[in-house]
Amino acid sequence: MKIAIASGKGGTGKTFVATNLFWVAQESGMPVTLVDCDAEEPNVAEFFSGKEQFAHGVFQQVPVIDTERCTFCGKCFEYCNYNAIVFLPQNNFIQVIPDLCHDCGACIYACNAGAITEEPKLLGNVKAFSFNRHALLIESRSEIGVYSPVSVIKKAINEADQKSLILMDSPPGISCPFIATIDQADFVILVTEPTPFGLHDLKLSAATVSQMKKPFGVVINRAGLGNQEIYEWLEYNRVPLLLEIPFDKDIARIYSEGKVLAKETSTYQEVFSNLLKRITHYYLSWSN
Amino acid sequence: MVELAILSGKGGTGKTSISAAFATLGSEMIVADCDVDAANLHLVLQPGQDFQERFVTGAKAIIEQDLCTNCGLCINYCRFDAISYHAGQVAISETSCDGCRLCFRVCSSRAIRMVESDKSFWYSGSFRNGFMVHARLAPGEENSGKLVNVVREQARKLASMTGLGTIIIDGPAGTGCPAISSLTGTNKALIVTEPTRSGFHDLKRILELTGGFKIPSVVVINKYDLNWNMTGEIEDWCLQMNIPVIGKIPFDAKVVEAMLHCKSIVEWAPESAAAKEISSIYQQTSNNGVA
Repeated sequence: MKIAIASGKGGTGKTFVATNLFWVAQESGMPVTLVDCDAEEPNVAEFFSGKEQFAHGVFQQVPVIDTERCTFCGKCFEYCNYNAIVFLPQNNFIQVIPDLCHDCGACIYACNAGAITEEPKLLGNVKAFSFNRHALLIESRSEIGVYSPVSVIKKAINEADQKSLILMDSPPGISCPFIATIDQADFVILVTEPTPFGLHDLKLSAATVSQMKKPFGVVINRAGLGNQEIYEWLEYNRVPLLLEIPFDKDIARIYSEGKVLAKETSTYQEVFSNLLKRITHYYLSWSN
Repeated sequence: MVELAILSGKGGTGKTSISAAFATLGSEMIVADCDVDAANLHLVLQPGQDFQERFVTGAKAIIEQDLCTNCGLCINYCRFDAISYHAGQVAISETSCDGCRLCFRVCSSRAIRMVESDKSFWYSGSFRNGFMVHARLAPGEENSGKLVNVVREQARKLASMTGLGTIIIDGPAGTGCPAISSLTGTNKALIVTEPTRSGFHDLKRILELTGGFKIPSVVVINKYDLNWNMTGEIEDWCLQMNIPVIGKIPFDAKVVEAMLHCKSIVEWAPESAAAKEISSIYQQTSNNGVA
């Protein structure tokens, strides 16, 4: 089973929930992989370390135009849907802007002069650490300045042991990086906080996840900090409330130090084990 | 005209609460909410919707089954793994399609159509202390960076029309395309962090990005009293890197209270420690240059 831990709003506690679930799963002896899909700002490695298993780069192809062969017909410029080719016909000037290229291959298809070849460009890295014999951590990390982390995220998810429980710590928002993660999930945990910002972004992400026909439930973090509106919304829309974590300065401090709450306190060890069981239950009842 | 981008790398560090406070401090200004993925600032500033416009994020390929000959050429050309055989027929996955149009071009049976994705919008209107531009990216849409550019373009137009000299940009989390678009061409960046391992890690990455664009950056540590040691660690590191830390905002439940009442902290509790510190930060950023 693949569980994505997501939220529209950033900083609601995705990594907090993901790292705690990973901890209780591995404690129970279950084979588990935690994939950090927040490639723009990966944080899982701040909480766990392990023995490096493998690390490799993720590349895209970017076109290189041979101006000796180029006939300056402009067809590649016309075919490029991403404005990644600059073409000034009067000056016989043509150039690729690698940062804007999406690696779709349209320019190569367009070129009749055989003037376009491709070279790899590094987008990011995927690194795996074994935490113990049955628990693996995989980190996606995009290079700074790279526009889209999607291919790095996809690669990281593909590297997970498909027979293990896979926990995916998702990037925030509701655009392409989020979709690339959710698309792979069997169940989605939306983590939010009971504030107007939290509710507003929960509505957006819940709509997106429903549109993708994924079963989901909600974890409310920092309960007690805001108001009741979110609970009314959950009830009205019959969205399961999976867990509430109270706002507590001690919890915030433990997290801030890169420690895992379920490891530090037996109460939360049980809380997160139960969360995992509940999700399994929801998933089963949904898939039947 | 001065454009100040408020960014953080990590989400939830307080960008929007600080932007809202800035927007309600001092003289009238333009506010651009560039977190088009999960825009929240309008919840506090409640601008009127004087103007709205549709934004086309791109296009998705659609297959016409009765024209398709199942030749599979498009499958071979698609680099996004968006096209595959499904029960013996060619099918296009909407979530994987990048809108590059290559399948549309290679199909000799004209069985592929491109349909515009036009469910995103941007809005502009006035709020109690000036004008605001914000946007709503439809779920799962691409090109959030382009939409950010539209929001910023609109904010600049408003600035030149009204003669207001300050644009506050409430940026998105992350370091990818919308963050880059929020940052390019701005005069200065205010990076909001928090004293957590994750906050510190993400701070370094976002500073690498602002550094790459040579945009002068200053740092604010929000909720600094939640972990004094980590705050110290961040301050030491910034000192070493020669990056000014221009403020430390204490944790204050009043910030959430203000949000619940659609007010900024400086409006809701001007005498609170958090409000005073944010006002001082605002003074420092609006003085000549950065801090």
